[in-house]
Amino acid sequence: MNSDQRQFPDSVAPTSVDDVVLALHRNEYLADEGLATAIFLALTLHRPLFLEGEAGVGKTEVAKVLSRWLGGRLIRLQCYEGIDSSQAVYEWDYARQLLHLRTAEATGAITTATAESVEAELYDPRFLIRRPLLEALSPTEGPPPVLLIDEIDRADDEFEAFLLEALSDYSITIPELGTIKAAQPPIVVLTSNRTRDVHDALKRRCLYHWVEHPTFDREVDIVKLRAPGVADGLARQVAAAVESMRAFGLYKPPGVAESIDWALSLAALGRSEIDERSVAATLGTVLKYREDQDRVTDQGLPELVRQAIGRGAR
Amino acid sequence: MTADVAADQSERMAVGFSRVLRQAGLRVPASATINFVESLGRVGINERAAVYWAGRATLVNRPEDLVTYDGCFAAYWDRQGGETLRIEETSPPVTLALDLDDDEDDDGSDDADSDGDVQAIRFSRAEILSEKDFAHCSEEELAELGLLMSELRFTTYRRRSRRQVPVAGRGERADLRRTVRWALRHQGEAMQRAFTDKADRPRRLVLILDVSGSMEPYARALIRFAHAAVVARGRVEVFVLGTRLTRLTKHLTSRDPDAAIRRAFPEVKDWAGGTRLGEGLQEFNNNWGVRGLARGAVVVILSDGWDRGDVGLLSSEMERLHRVTHQLIWVNPLKATPGYAPLAAGMSAALPHLDRFIEGHSYASLRHLAALLSDAATGPASATGSAVGPGVGVPG
Repeated sequence: MNSDQRQFPDSVAPTSVDDVVLALHRNEYLADEGLATAIFLALTLHRPLFLEGEAGVGKTEVAKVLSRWLGGRLIRLQCYEGIDSSQAVYEWDYARQLLHLRTAEATGAITTATAESVEAELYDPRFLIRRPLLEALSPTEGPPPVLLIDEIDRADDEFEAFLLEALSDYSITIPELGTIKAAQPPIVVLTSNRTRDVHDALKRRCLYHWVEHPTFDREVDIVKLRAPGVADGLARQVAAAVESMRAFGLYKPPGVAESIDWALSLAALGRSEIDERSVAATLGTVLKYREDQDRVTDQGLPELVRQAIGRGAR
Repeated sequence: MTADVAADQSERMAVGFSRVLRQAGLRVPASATINFVESLGRVGINERAAVYWAGRATLVNRPEDLVTYDGCFAAYWDRQGGETLRIEETSPPVTLALDLDDDEDDDGSDDADSDGDVQAIRFSRAEILSEKDFAHCSEEELAELGLLMSELRFTTYRRRSRRQVPVAGRGERADLRRTVRWALRHQGEAMQRAFTDKADRPRRLVLILDVSGSMEPYARALIRFAHAAVVARGRVEVFVLGTRLTRLTKHLTSRDPDAAIRRAFPEVKDWAGGTRLGEGLQEFNNNWGVRGLARGAVVVILSDGWDRGDVGLLSSEMERLHRVTHQLIWVNPLKATPGYAPLAAGMSAALPHLDRFIEGHSYASLRHLAALLSDAATGPASATGSAVGPGVGVPG
């Protein structure tokens, strides 16, 4: 086993799930027990963490908070269709390579005898453009970096196979330079909105957690934590209203991010309680589809407000 | 207790629980079990919640499996220790009458001396059969048609990908990697420039099959068709729709059609039940389609359009689906019936949102569908915009 090189410094590895909950809380993230267990296991077993769930439930935020907590640099790889290794791992700086060749030629440095050494010079690390994956796997000082591979479901499946290889032994081979391997593997967080199924082989490498919308009480706490200027009662009412909206069968049910935005917007309007007029005016911060706004309005805003106030008071 | 005993216990628990999950139908590879054992080593086995979450993080990787997992966990944890723990057998495998008739096959190959004759007869028979309405086919005939379906060719609409690939001539972007490579051959003189251009990739094909009571005569043949599509090419998704929506893609991936369909059957719990097309499509849109599965895809709905649910919902969900798809095609087995008019409430609600409305009662019509997907792959997509017009006219 290569356990010796996979060891994290003691300061990084948490000793229990509760440790994780507390540390995340200190860094302004409220995780439930399930997520905290998954994070704890990912950190102690040194495996990538695969987070799946609706948009806006706080998946990306996990990587950010891990970086804040553990002190490792956050390296983000945003996936998109057509992403390939030249954008994810490394690329040679061809323009500079060409320039180098021309210079060598112009100064008469290229002869038959030196051609080979000039060629070797082209594949010098100074001509290497490091992309996020290579960056994350390069040896670093200090705590291991946090590598966020965001929205992996947007990338092509070919790219997944490639990631699988890189994540299985935390090393990358550049033919011209050799194998690059981090002394301490990065902490890897993958997120997916599930617009398509990510291949089982990749998921199998990872610890998996399906991130749900938070419970009412947790959502209240999250809103209060992330929007400190918002009155206590307002936070409760917002969480209550959002919770009932999620039961309406909307196209895009509001996530935690929307609750926070909404609470901030209402507070910015100087409200300490929700009322029909301010809800109608700020509906766009919670619901991003016209059909959803219509549906909620049709269900009756007064009723929604009344229930939210009732729930919030308890 | 000593550490060894604890390790032994957690190992036994992990292996036993993994087996329970497998029995319940989850895919739990050995590597997942090993992860679970390691995780139990970290969180311990004494606390219910710790074991529960450790199992969820390591043994489950699809939200659909969570309900099964929860059930199994409750059963296993609460009755732990009983060596004879048994999860209730899931419904016994349904044996299909669709199995290939071996005699038919043997007839063809055994009579070696009259080979040509037999083939000719069989050919014309196949021609007649291919026009025959599935509803009027005998079991043997359906089996034979099933064989024919395996031979269908499926190529679909292609679209430009954002992925860059090297091209021979001039392309969109300069390919410096290759240009430098080539330059090295000439001592650094970049004499030839290389280019990359956007690649083509097939659009996703999504088949949504209606398996409600009124579709029963057709459903089995259509499932066979769906299987042929899944096997023939990548990027095909299959859903069946009855009182609820079921994703069938994974069950149809086996090359052996009978095995695939046998595996798919138990998944479809409401086989030949009632239909709520609108609700089913809503579920599809919410959980799959609009989130990305149907975006830019060719979506084919195979249904007779008889809906017992809310027609307004069907209409709005069709509109929503149409907005994200590349092509929305409705295949209706009843359309071939003389005097048919799309008067069923569901069908008329769906009609305004379709790119194409075609028949699908026989093998020939499904072959036509497969060909249509291929034809359109080469032709301009915009030419199909008016295709709905002529087919829709109410006869007489």
